[in-house]
Amino acid sequence: MIRGTDTGQVLTIQNLEISFGALAVVKGVDLSVAPGEILALVGESGSGKSMIGRAIMGLLPGGGRVSGGRITFRNQEVTGALPSTQMRRLRGKEIGLIFQEPLSSLNPNMRIGEQMCEAMRAHTDLSEDKIRERAHEMLRQVRLDNPEQLMNRYPHEFSGGMRQRIMIASVMMLKPALLIADEPTTALDAVVQREVLDIIAEVARANGTAVILISHDLAVVAAYAAQIAVMEKGVLVEAGSARAVLGCPQHAYTQKLLAAAQLGAPEPVKGASGPPLLSVEGLQVEFSDKQMFGLFGKTVNRAVKDVSLSVQPGEFVGLAGESGSGKSTIGRAIGKLAPMKVGRVTFDGIDLANCSAANERRLRQRIRFVFQDPFSSLNPRMRVGRIVAEGLRHDRGLSAAERQARAIDMLEAVGLPRTMAARFPHALSGGQRQRVAIARALISRPDLIIADEPVSALDVTIQAQILMLLKSLQREFGFACLFISHDLHIVEQLCARLYVLHKGRVMEQGETAQLFAAPRHPYTRRLMSASPRLEQDAEGLQLAQTQPVLGRHDSDTTFYEDSGDNAGPYHLAETAPGHFVALRGTA
Amino acid sequence: MTFTKRLLGKANGMAGAFLLGIVFFIAVLGSVYTPHDPLKSDLLNRFAEASATHPLGTDMFGRDILSRLMRGAWVSVSIGLGTLVLPVVLGTVLGAAAGYFRGWFDRILIMILDALMAFPGLLIALGLMAVIGANKYGVILALSVAYLPAITRVVRGSVLSVSQSEFVEASATMGNSRLYTLIVHVLPNCLAPLIVLTTMMFGWVLLAESALSFLGLGVPPPEPSWGNILAEAKAHLMRYPMLGLLPGLCISVALLGVNLLGDALRDELDPKSAPSKEVI
Repeated sequence: MIRGTDTGQVLTIQNLEISFGALAVVKGVDLSVAPGEILALVGESGSGKSMIGRAIMGLLPGGGRVSGGRITFRNQEVTGALPSTQMRRLRGKEIGLIFQEPLSSLNPNMRIGEQMCEAMRAHTDLSEDKIRERAHEMLRQVRLDNPEQLMNRYPHEFSGGMRQRIMIASVMMLKPALLIADEPTTALDAVVQREVLDIIAEVARANGTAVILISHDLAVVAAYAAQIAVMEKGVLVEAGSARAVLGCPQHAYTQKLLAAAQLGAPEPVKGASGPPLLSVEGLQVEFSDKQMFGLFGKTVNRAVKDVSLSVQPGEFVGLAGESGSGKSTIGRAIGKLAPMKVGRVTFDGIDLANCSAANERRLRQRIRFVFQDPFSSLNPRMRVGRIVAEGLRHDRGLSAAERQARAIDMLEAVGLPRTMAARFPHALSGGQRQRVAIARALISRPDLIIADEPVSALDVTIQAQILMLLKSLQREFGFACLFISHDLHIVEQLCARLYVLHKGRVMEQGETAQLFAAPRHPYTRRLMSASPRLEQDAEGLQLAQTQPVLGRHDSDTTFYEDSGDNAGPYHLAETAPGHFVALRGTA
Repeated sequence: MTFTKRLLGKANGMAGAFLLGIVFFIAVLGSVYTPHDPLKSDLLNRFAEASATHPLGTDMFGRDILSRLMRGAWVSVSIGLGTLVLPVVLGTVLGAAAGYFRGWFDRILIMILDALMAFPGLLIALGLMAVIGANKYGVILALSVAYLPAITRVVRGSVLSVSQSEFVEASATMGNSRLYTLIVHVLPNCLAPLIVLTTMMFGWVLLAESALSFLGLGVPPPEPSWGNILAEAKAHLMRYPMLGLLPGLCISVALLGVNLLGDALRDELDPKSAPSKEVI
């Protein structure tokens, strides 16, 4: 064991270099974390931020090794100097790790209680009763009720957010001195993300644990961190107190990240007046799950209960809500990807369900989709040029060569080099793939684009670029867009009007600016505070003022809120011209 | 790097391709040229030792063993390849239709296939051979039926999972027909497991043909196949072990080649079982 100088820090990293073969993915990184302090480690995917977390744990993936520098944990060097048994004792007990994916980091075959107590049993010699007691206490700390019952249940019975809380509870059970949270909330939607981060910060404070919060989204972690370290391509480009980094960022890359997090002033795309391009009336969508081949009846999931909306020609309309609100299902129902139970979809004045098949097909040619995940929405066995040209397949007047030429033009229009046409999707980055998906949607000059979370899977800096692209393409081609997203601030950027959805119903709708200036419904406010953004003020960048998310802070009973099985009657009331809010009772 | 280069860059891929290459070369050569007539017996020259005229000696009827093994390679390999055609074509069509269109067709097909799969393939082939009668084409047909369920299930499974991808939905939103989507977007993404299984199946068929011939239900003598050369050697194994060892060795080498190549193909084509290549 090598004794270092006592710095009073929990963790000190000096001149760290991590290599895969001859390739250094992390170069010359210096960091330190004081007890109880939260350090945010921020960078795009591929910046090497996760590798630092893994190197601290001694868990670098195959082929990776620490090729230079040292990591000191509690004045004890841990870089390769420790035998594996000692390192193992450190893991879990002294250093806790929370992964990104709560769905796969819990063993589906083990009860929650078993999983929580497992590590404690391995690391301490407390009695079984004491261990269970500690588990109960932790579950209460992460605000889960009825810990005794929870511990007998299996992971699949919980939502993603709850699973991540259980993860936090089980990691924090051993009171580690350092917690490494690697993108702990990236897989969760905005409201839940905020809750989970609140809990991490709170639990860390209660236990005096230092936290390294690894994330790609500066705005999200800025609220919690005392120190912020920014990484780009394996190099630490900026580090300092949160105030200093946010207030006057020195490095160009930090400024770029901050600019992306601010997103600039909203520039809504207003549509033409007159008859709507798309109108949806009284839409209902149900999914039924047969239990045991229908022998035990079926469970019905009413994904969309009653939604009406309209899109003007050339207008960007936002559809916002957390996961499970039915926002994607609406888009899918319009595109006939989900079965419509009741409702009318009218496009350009013609009822899609009530016209000839040929007519319907022709109308549908004018509606195109952009999906969320650019890694699965492009056929991996097709070249980019062919993928884009496929959008023109039904244009009989064009020869194959003409289609290919147009596809290449379209690639240029979305900001990709012509040579990209010969590549396969796997050779492209996430942002480039999403550009390809947009090119494929736009090549047939549609009147309406249904974009289902088109930027949610992308890094923040790329998100801003894609939004800019959509805007400039709109100016060029004049299409309307139904923009579906869980992030209100992204919706705010482009959409002239906004529908806020919750559990299959519209909670609030209106002009975006109006709705942001005076949000009426508690759910809208909750959604807003859940996606923090940075704001420019006199002292530089600050985190926008947001309200706390946890707990029921609103006892106003006139608003309609779906909190259980029996939500009661519902209607939309107009509170200002064009601004509707969901209220209880019938109109 | 191209796919072939990567495949042959692996030790098992290279060795497998090399062994299979030799087997195929000998099979093709054996179909047009053998040093002696493999069917011509010479009763004065039975069980001859290896010599310049008979490099591997002669068998109990005085036939040249090398010539018989070469012609046998051709018979065995052609049965192996012939058996692949029907299951692969029919299995792909059935599996794709069942996995993509679902519904009652899928349910009934799966029920039948599951019932078929409950019997070992060789047992089904034996039963069919008893009905059809022992000849080369009977072997091909019987083994085809026996191996059809495996291919169909594998294709159906991967069609099912690929159908969930967003690019399949994207195709639907572009107004493409279901059949077009199936052929252009779904099937090409299901090729990998099919190729792996087909390669492995070639090995199973070689073995099954040998087993059938060994039991007397395969290629009828005097036409040589590796299986029936082995079967005929049975009576003389105690005194002339080479008679059985040589065809056994041929079968082993071919199987080893198929398995090595199959493993390499699976590593290369099936990302789930292959180690991750991502660095960050």
